[in-house]
Amino acid sequence: MRTLRHRDPGVLGPVSGRGRWGAALLWVALLGVAAAAAAVAGVPATSAGTPASEAAGGQRALLLAGLKSADYAVKAAIITQMAGQDDPGTRAFLAQLLQENVYSRESDGRIFIARQIGQGYALLDAATGMAAGTVSEDDLNSDFDPIGINDQLRSLLQSVLARFDLSSPDASTRLAAVTTLLQAFNDSTGNAATAGVTALLRARLGVERDRAVRRALQTGLALAALGSGSAGQRLAAIERLGSSLNPDVYNRLVALTAPATEPDPRVRAAAGRAVREIDGWREFYGGVQTLIFGLGLGAVLVLAAIGLAITFGVMGVINMAHGELIMLGAYTAYVMQLLLPNHIGASVVLAVPAAFLVSGSCGVLIERSIVRFLHGRPLETLLATFGVSLVLQQLARDVFSPDNRPVSAPTWMTGSLQINDALSITYNRLVVLLLTLVVFAALLLIMKRTRLGLQVRAVSQNRAMARAMGVRSHWVDALAFGLGSGIAGIAGVALSQLTNVGPELGQSYIVDSFMVVVFGGVASLWGTLIGGMLIGVVNMILEPYAGAVLGKVLVLVGVILFIQRRPRGLFPQRGRAAEG
Amino acid sequence: MMSLKRLLSRSLLLVVAVAAATAASAAGVIKVGVLHSLSGTMAISEEPLKDTILMMIAEQNKKGGVLGRKLVPVVVDPASNWPLFAEKAQELLEKDKVAVVFGCWTSVSRKSVLPVFEKDDGLLFYPVQWEGEESSRNIIYTGATPNQQAIPAVQYLMNGMHVKRWALIGTDYVYPRTTNKILEAYLEAHGVKPADIMIRYTPFGFSDWQSIVAEIKTFGSQGEKTAVVSTINGDANVPFYKELANQHISAEDIPVMAFSVGEQELSGLDTRPLVGHLAAWNYFMSVRTPANRAMIRAWHAYIGNDKRVFNDPMEASVIGFRLWVKAVQKAHSTNADKVIAALPGLEVPNLTGGTAQVLADHMITKPVLIGEIRPNGQFDVVWRTQGEVPGEAWSPYLAADKGVISDWVHAKCGHYDTVTRVCSGQ
Amino acid sequence: MGVPEMAPQAAADSRLAVPAGGGRVAGLFDRPTQVVLPLLAAALVLVPLLNLAVPASSVLHVSSYTVGLLGKYATYALLALAVDLVWGYCGILTLGHAAFFALGGYAIGMYLMREIGGRGVYGNSSLPDFMVFLNWKALPWYWHGFEHFWLAAAMVMLAPAALALVFGWLAFRSRVTGVYLSIMTQALTYALMLVFFRNETGFGGNNGFTDFKDILGFDLQASTTRVALFAAAVIALALGYLACRLVVTSRTGRVIQAVRDAESRARFIGYRVESYKLWVFVFSAVLAGIAGALYVPQIGIINPSEFSPVNSIEIVIWVAVGGRGTLYGALAGALLVNYAKTYLTEALPEVWLYALGALFVLTTLFLPRGVAGLLSRGHRAVTGADPAGSPR
Repeated sequence: MRTLRHRDPGVLGPVSGRGRWGAALLWVALLGVAAAAAAVAGVPATSAGTPASEAAGGQRALLLAGLKSADYAVKAAIITQMAGQDDPGTRAFLAQLLQENVYSRESDGRIFIARQIGQGYALLDAATGMAAGTVSEDDLNSDFDPIGINDQLRSLLQSVLARFDLSSPDASTRLAAVTTLLQAFNDSTGNAATAGVTALLRARLGVERDRAVRRALQTGLALAALGSGSAGQRLAAIERLGSSLNPDVYNRLVALTAPATEPDPRVRAAAGRAVREIDGWREFYGGVQTLIFGLGLGAVLVLAAIGLAITFGVMGVINMAHGELIMLGAYTAYVMQLLLPNHIGASVVLAVPAAFLVSGSCGVLIERSIVRFLHGRPLETLLATFGVSLVLQQLARDVFSPDNRPVSAPTWMTGSLQINDALSITYNRLVVLLLTLVVFAALLLIMKRTRLGLQVRAVSQNRAMARAMGVRSHWVDALAFGLGSGIAGIAGVALSQLTNVGPELGQSYIVDSFMVVVFGGVASLWGTLIGGMLIGVVNMILEPYAGAVLGKVLVLVGVILFIQRRPRGLFPQRGRAAEG
Repeated sequence: MMSLKRLLSRSLLLVVAVAAATAASAAGVIKVGVLHSLSGTMAISEEPLKDTILMMIAEQNKKGGVLGRKLVPVVVDPASNWPLFAEKAQELLEKDKVAVVFGCWTSVSRKSVLPVFEKDDGLLFYPVQWEGEESSRNIIYTGATPNQQAIPAVQYLMNGMHVKRWALIGTDYVYPRTTNKILEAYLEAHGVKPADIMIRYTPFGFSDWQSIVAEIKTFGSQGEKTAVVSTINGDANVPFYKELANQHISAEDIPVMAFSVGEQELSGLDTRPLVGHLAAWNYFMSVRTPANRAMIRAWHAYIGNDKRVFNDPMEASVIGFRLWVKAVQKAHSTNADKVIAALPGLEVPNLTGGTAQVLADHMITKPVLIGEIRPNGQFDVVWRTQGEVPGEAWSPYLAADKGVISDWVHAKCGHYDTVTRVCSGQ
Repeated sequence: MGVPEMAPQAAADSRLAVPAGGGRVAGLFDRPTQVVLPLLAAALVLVPLLNLAVPASSVLHVSSYTVGLLGKYATYALLALAVDLVWGYCGILTLGHAAFFALGGYAIGMYLMREIGGRGVYGNSSLPDFMVFLNWKALPWYWHGFEHFWLAAAMVMLAPAALALVFGWLAFRSRVTGVYLSIMTQALTYALMLVFFRNETGFGGNNGFTDFKDILGFDLQASTTRVALFAAAVIALALGYLACRLVVTSRTGRVIQAVRDAESRARFIGYRVESYKLWVFVFSAVLAGIAGALYVPQIGIINPSEFSPVNSIEIVIWVAVGGRGTLYGALAGALLVNYAKTYLTEALPEVWLYALGALFVLTTLFLPRGVAGLLSRGHRAVTGADPAGSPR
């Protein structure tokens, strides 16, 4: 499986050998050792330093010189030629070319690989593999020309590298290589390229131990057999491929149902059956996928709304600045990344409590300075907090910038979890979903098991009685507001990973948060969770049919109509005082 | 804090502008209006254009102004509010009596000021890529029409990358709608089956791309090379690209060709997941010509920040300004009618090594460049047209536009039907 | 949810009481009305005079630009009246009134688009330009008839009324009140905004309607037409003001204020609270629609961003600043805040949002009765008079 390469070394530093720099360095070191050993022992070794390899190195230098050409077709031809050569340095060099770290020196046309260290770059002569000193970034830009590649070259390089990777020591790299190579079979006509790939796969299957890779190899060979001359072999291949969810397989099977490509009716029938079975599975997994997307969307809504539910429940006020408190949380995540630029993962984790504190204290400030004086006048509070939201928005524009601010994702939040060929969950949404559940559980704990929670529930059910029992309702107000605002801050951190961070971030989520709160029932945590998830899932189900806009509108109208039937939401507050 | 400095500079600017305005008739200056949003949602895009015009004015004044008179900028802020655009345009033309206006970004803002310019007989230079389907006597359109951006981009994908299936994804407003209509007609005219074209629209500020990206993935894994043509509005592209990367769709699998993603949108962004995706413009900051290097140096010196980028609408503003100066010099007057009459046929150098010429339909000629995103947020030009492409207001691929031309020189008409010989829209 | 909402400060409003003597008409023309109506009449006469009769070079000349600006303020004032009626007098905080304003604007916009006829860019007399280049084949059914002014004028009032009727009936019948209702109105206008932004809906999408040529045969760009539109706006404002005074001083007005102050009590006394609320809501929606219809020809464009929730909240602040529960307060608030906005977005655009935000906060904290409250307090301080029957 191809994972997204990311320069972030992670909290603990570069993980063993998986980083490309580690590999390149290792190769260079090995080269040096082997060269020294060979020079001493005079034994032919598979590295530069022997006469045969020197000749190969010279050949390579010639080829490399051609890379300076601006013509992409010429570069493609050179790469194909290099791939055909039996030269161990080729793989590493081509990997560098793919990363666009290859430069040609303007003065003499020699080709170098540039590796960034600190503020400068270390140069490696591509023809000989020797280190060639360091150079500053400015000099690199002025004295060297980058060897550019385009998308077609990138594809070519990837398939060439995949061939090398078939024999990599790491199983997941091999699996990724096989997957890349399988794409050659998308072209339904059998040609020389696929024959070459088939031979490679067969050779590899003979020595492969890893189960996942073996399965992939077998799928590949079965795919190849689909193009075989014998109908019997084709039938057997279809049997073997059965209910594989691989899209390449599916495409080939669909092609086999057409009389134009498949003369034998039995094979066509078998292919048709297989296609129908796969379709059924795809629909099932499609439904699961939609459900997961809906939960992902719902998780965001729940996080954004749950703080509002608390403040609304306790004080009966709608905090129009809630969106801006979310925005503050998102900006906190941004600032954290500015403070810890080399530890993105840590910055995201630390941003959560930081955002809680920042937004929470802002919330307490709003409550103490404004909301407190408007007690019992919820409509005025709404207006006053709207004013605060305008001020906060403009502050964000002035302090940071009206532009969106970039927030990077740590490695453990990029990419997706591939459950099978038809189902995958992106890591960032998975993390947000988990975060939502954790926050929800924590809130539930606070509400049910702590003194504060007890007081909050008491005040929201019957303020006068709670005060008569000695609860300091003003403090409860302030703390509840702070808690709700803090959760908004955490929501902001989550949102910073999913969308743009800008001064208007809050505005896009405020109406949705209100909807979730009103739908779920005020002051009900479970109501917010279930309401939010329901809204998210329904939205996702409607989207492919009605389009994004109409889907959202239908959900809004649905909530409005629902409120007519049950004005207090899904899980209304009980008690006589609640009727007031 | 930044706000105080900007506050003071704005106040100063206003005081200067007001002082200049009041002393205008006596001192013999030429007033130049700038109608760009300096606050609100469009400020991010439009404020650099305001700065570009101010820089050009300062440069021109150093050369002695125009016709021996100094240029004075009159800057107003329509605050991304469309009705306010019309109001501010009226203010510039009727109250401040400016000789020319450089402004607008969205088509809505341009459409809302159009009646004002036509009634008050003003002159507007509009620097942003747009959907065509308009040609006014009082506007010179220096931004790309669809045939100067979208069509060549699709040609590159079709011929250079052998793309067979097309996903046209856009934000739901007029520019993507019109562009996609034109592209759909173009593709079908070139043998693409309707089943191989997928069109989707999303609302502004849409950020939940999960299901659309999954749809694109399915659409693109049917065995034939697929590309996405994105007319998604600036900001929303970021979560779109991120979702593509998260769902393991790389530029080599399904390349995305965007029309609204430029250096400004990429600046300050983590562009590593975007490497290899494409954009089509008439200018890239990475183009290495002496004219471009000089302009970028001057820009960095003016704005005092080496990290600021220069993008296509800014180049279009520069071209518009140069054209206006040349026209005024040719007409020996700042009167809008005379300048408008002098403009068609005028040619000034652009920043990518060619020239821009004003055509009879009030569009200009522009080269088309296709760039691939680099990790540093710049574009690598992978293809460009040989010369410049003339702008077409009325697309030959739309049924309503068949046989329609715009000609302000001979026919004196913006929508002239050559078949029925009728001029409409006056 | 806490203590039932009381609005003691509004109950102290002396305008509430029917005056001791003088009867109905005298009650209609109370002191503030005696100031407002003559002011409007003066504006109606002076502004056109100073624009058309006085030469442009004179210092007294009022430019066409200013005429347009004042006309816009007049429509905003009418809109503020509508919101004040429904909020200040009935206690329904509506955060979606801009929807009715925009609907009225769209209705008149449809007429103006049809008026363009064959003079559009494509020369197509049956389809507006935006439909032509979006490849629509025929005019949708809901556009038919809008070439007649009387239909458009009727729709200006009917469309907002219908929406208000349906929404209000559903909401009030289910006893949705207070903050819940406000959120619902906000959701309503947000949903409408999304719908109108869609190009499929057939209302011009994101561009809306632009490029109007004339109204009732008169060129929209001519200064005489602009003056006429200004006059129409001022007359509509005056009539709307009178209408609201009529409502507020009538028995219905008393019931409405009772509903605002103590809804349950009014219900238990026997009044059909839902019907009164619905009636006021619909009436206010019609007023807002008319305001919108007068706004669009003066501005020259209608666009779905008029539906945005922020616009609705801004109307509320005009009323809050001016003083809700007093009609003249709504007028004053609309004029003051919009003038400040015009001035500040020109002079110091950075400061505008801070100023607006501060206005919200300070008004709700320190000026719950707005400028009108200040004026009446000043009046009391000067004359020493005590307002009749002001329970605290």
